[in-house]
Amino acid sequence: MDIDWSQVFNIASLLKCFFVGGLICIIGQILIDKTKLTPAKILVTFVTIGTILGGLGIYQYLVDFAGAGATVPLTGFGYNLAKGAIENVQTSGLIGAFTGGVKAAAGGIAAAVFFGYLASLISKPKMKKQ
Amino acid sequence: MEPLETKQAYQEYVDKKSPNSPIWKNCFNAFWVGGLICTIGQIILNICKQRGFDTATSGTIVSIILIGISAFLTGLNIFNKIGKFAGAGSLIPITGFANSIVSPAMEYKSEGYVMGVGGKMFTVAGPVLVFGISASILVGIIYLIFNTQSITLV
Amino acid sequence: MQKIGKQTIKFDNPPTILDCASIVGPKEAEGPLAKYFDQTLDDEFWGEKTWEKAESKIIKETVNTLISKSGIPSDKIDYCFAGDLLNQCISSSFGLRELNVPFFGVFGACSTFVESLSLGSICVESFAENVLCATSSHFCSAEKQFRFPLELGNQRPPTSQWTVTGSGAAILTKNGQGPYITHITPGKIVDMGIKDANNMGAAMAPAFADTLITHFIDTSRNPSYYDAIISGDLGHIGKDIAIDIAKSRGYNIKSNYNDCGVLIFDKETQDTHAGGSGCGCCGTVFSGYFFKQLKDKKIRKILLIATGALMNSTSSQQGESIPGIAHAISIEL
Repeated sequence: MDIDWSQVFNIASLLKCFFVGGLICIIGQILIDKTKLTPAKILVTFVTIGTILGGLGIYQYLVDFAGAGATVPLTGFGYNLAKGAIENVQTSGLIGAFTGGVKAAAGGIAAAVFFGYLASLISKPKMKKQ
Repeated sequence: MEPLETKQAYQEYVDKKSPNSPIWKNCFNAFWVGGLICTIGQIILNICKQRGFDTATSGTIVSIILIGISAFLTGLNIFNKIGKFAGAGSLIPITGFANSIVSPAMEYKSEGYVMGVGGKMFTVAGPVLVFGISASILVGIIYLIFNTQSITLV
Repeated sequence: MQKIGKQTIKFDNPPTILDCASIVGPKEAEGPLAKYFDQTLDDEFWGEKTWEKAESKIIKETVNTLISKSGIPSDKIDYCFAGDLLNQCISSSFGLRELNVPFFGVFGACSTFVESLSLGSICVESFAENVLCATSSHFCSAEKQFRFPLELGNQRPPTSQWTVTGSGAAILTKNGQGPYITHITPGKIVDMGIKDANNMGAAMAPAFADTLITHFIDTSRNPSYYDAIISGDLGHIGKDIAIDIAKSRGYNIKSNYNDCGVLIFDKETQDTHAGGSGCGCCGTVFSGYFFKQLKDKKIRKILLIATGALMNSTSSQQGESIPGIAHAISIEL
């Protein structure tokens, strides 16, 4: 199948994605600079907010508008978890609430574990120069 | 000025004395690096869609590729330099999640491959999964409660 | 040896600091004091497999350098006082386990160097001939234990300090020609409620001021008595705060006061934010720089006050505030 490159590099969609993704990161940066939250707590905050907004159906609008600009930030990870849970509840009831989220996020989690282990095998930490 | 009168007075005095982070510069860097990472994701997503994958699968492929790149850069000792420059710009996208798994894995390699790498891998990212997954289960249950008429309880 | 005033000890036969040695890591080797250290490393691992092993090697080699420099063989050393930042002080005890010298492990966080010198002086004044005092810290092992993995892409806030990689050691002896340790003022634990583990200078400055002022009152001296008043690792922010607090209590230390954490790095080019910290900061800067200044008689009277933050990663996770401590020794020719 041929790839329509004008569709891939659709400037309007890329710009929307860039701005929304950047703005979400600015919210994170303000949290870093203005509060004493550690990186782990900021990530937790974003995932939890994403899951809640995903569950309420609000985040879907942002995803429709900005695509990867909304799904690549960790809020999108949370949205994905919530979406998976809801979809699986629709198909298989209560058990879906437990399996759906992780099922939807399985690719990302497994990749992080696998690549993490791989990286630790082949390289070791170095001192920051700055 | 008497900075040491009370603990509260001292805290206020210290807050005044301590320099703030250069928030405008940090936000600018976070904006364009974060935006760029998302745009790379969007390009991959568009290619996947052109190849005929559905949205969910395309999204998963994007995550795996970005996580792979992030793990690779972390292994090359480059990601921490990007992170220092971009702050939330590289932390908030899925790249930051990958980095938070890879970096302790590398750091605790000296304590062995099972309890060091395996055990400490989730020291930073573990809470993300705990809260994300728990919240998604709650979302599923609440959805179920509000839609009991349309769904058959299995 | 007698107690004067509230908490100061004055020596009748002041022990001499016979010699000092220091080894520092690559970042310190790029700093303004590089040429004063006995050895600078190119690699923070120094050929070892782990940060912890590297730190042990640094303290071990510093002590070996000191033994060969001073001409006092290890069987002539009566006791050894040493400590560091790692859990249960493993760098010192692992690094010095082959030394065969009776060993006292000391923990005073970053104030360990002066705490060791204080205890060592009491030993020498009372019954010992030669006493070894040593301390070390390592940026990477400290980051791993207290903060985050090195490869985590986080930003350091502007108030954060940079743990010095390095070790300083000194030999105290009974019948020497100086510089002498004439007084010691062990400090009290002072906690002004600072909880931010990224602002150690502010947490430790009140302890510094408390010890400083107590020392002046106990000895009836004033700041101008000393050629230099040196704090261990308050850094840029802590230094400013210390000057303010001392001023509010009626002591102007602005002209002759400085801080090892300020001196060891170049703030502009090395991006170390608020300056250096760690046991090794005071240890290496005193052993490398100030001891040579004393030997060359460029300065004759130093008040060295090492500061420490008595917390660990559990206490800061539990939201506890950071108690500070500062120990002072007066070194005179």
